[in-house]
Amino acid sequence: MAYPIDAHHAPVDPSVPLEYSTEDGSLKILGFWIFLAADIVLFSCLFATYIVLHNNTYGGPTAQQLFDVPGFVAETLLLLTSSFTCGLAIFEMHRNRLQPMIGWWIVTILLGMGFVAMEISEFAKYVGEGANITRSAFLSAFFILVGTHGTHVTIGIFWMIALLIQFIRYGITAVTARKAFVASLYWHFLDAVWIFIFTVVYLSGKVS
Amino acid sequence: MTTHSDVHATQDTAIAPGQPINHEKFPWKHIVGYVLSLVLTFAALGLVLSSALPLTAVIVSIVILAVLQLLVQLFLFMHLTERHGSATHILTLSFAFFVAITVVAGSAWIMTFRSSVA
Repeated sequence: MAYPIDAHHAPVDPSVPLEYSTEDGSLKILGFWIFLAADIVLFSCLFATYIVLHNNTYGGPTAQQLFDVPGFVAETLLLLTSSFTCGLAIFEMHRNRLQPMIGWWIVTILLGMGFVAMEISEFAKYVGEGANITRSAFLSAFFILVGTHGTHVTIGIFWMIALLIQFIRYGITAVTARKAFVASLYWHFLDAVWIFIFTVVYLSGKVS
Repeated sequence: MTTHSDVHATQDTAIAPGQPINHEKFPWKHIVGYVLSLVLTFAALGLVLSSALPLTAVIVSIVILAVLQLLVQLFLFMHLTERHGSATHILTLSFAFFVAITVVAGSAWIMTFRSSVA
C-alpha cells in the first residue's frame, strides 16, 4: 500500500462522498453539526431577547420607522443566492470538477461580501440618524442579534477565502472536500438564521 | 449503483480523474431549493406589504413560511438526510431545536404574560 493508513484515516466505505470517506472526515463533520447545534442555542437566546424587547423603544425610532423594505429584501436575496451558489460549488466538488467548484466558491464569497457591505451601510445609516445601540432596548437587541449574524458571515468570508487558497493549491482531496463541506454547512446555516431575522425582525417590524 | 472504487482515502489522496463521486449531471435539487426559497421569501413579503390579513394571522403565516424555508435549507442544501454512517447529527440538531423553541416561546410567553392578563 502506497499510503500509510491508520485507524483514523482508513477508508470507511469507498461508495460514500469524499468528505465522508475517512473516519477522521466523518467525525469532523459530526463535530461541526454539534457546533451548529450550539450556535442555534446562541441565536435562540438573542431572538428571545429581541422578541421580548422589540417594543421598548424609549421614545426613539421604532422598527416600523427604521427599516427600509428594498434594503432588507436586497440583503435577503444576496444571502439566499450565495447559499444556492455555495450548494452548486459542493455539487461540482462531488463531480470532481475543480474549476467550476472554485468558480461557484468565488461567486459565493463575492455575494457574501455584498451582503456584509449592505449591512454595514445599513448600520451606519441608522447610527447617523441617532438610532445607535445605546438609544433603546429595542435597538440594543436589534444590533446584538443582527450584528452577531453579520459577524458570523464576516468570519465565514475569511474562512472561505482561506479554503479557496487550499483548493487552488491542493485540488479536491479527502481533506479539502471535508473542509469545503463543513464550510458549506456553516454558510447554509447562516442563511437559515437570516431567514428568521428577515421574518422576526424586518417583516414583523413592518407589520406592527 | 455507484461504483467509484479505488478511492485510496488517505488524508491527502485526490480521487482519480474521470471518476466522479456523484453521477448526477444537473443540480436539480439545488435549483428546486433556490426557487422554493425565492417563492417563500416573496410570499412572506407580499403578505406583509398587502396587509390583507389581521396582525396575528400575518405573523403566524410568515413564521410558518420561515420554518418551511428552514426545511428547504436543511433537506435540499445541507444534505441533512444523506447518511454515511451514524445519524447522531440529527439527534443533536433535534435537541438544539427543542432548546431553541423552549427559550424563544418560553421567554415570549412569560414576558408578555402580565400585559395580556392586565
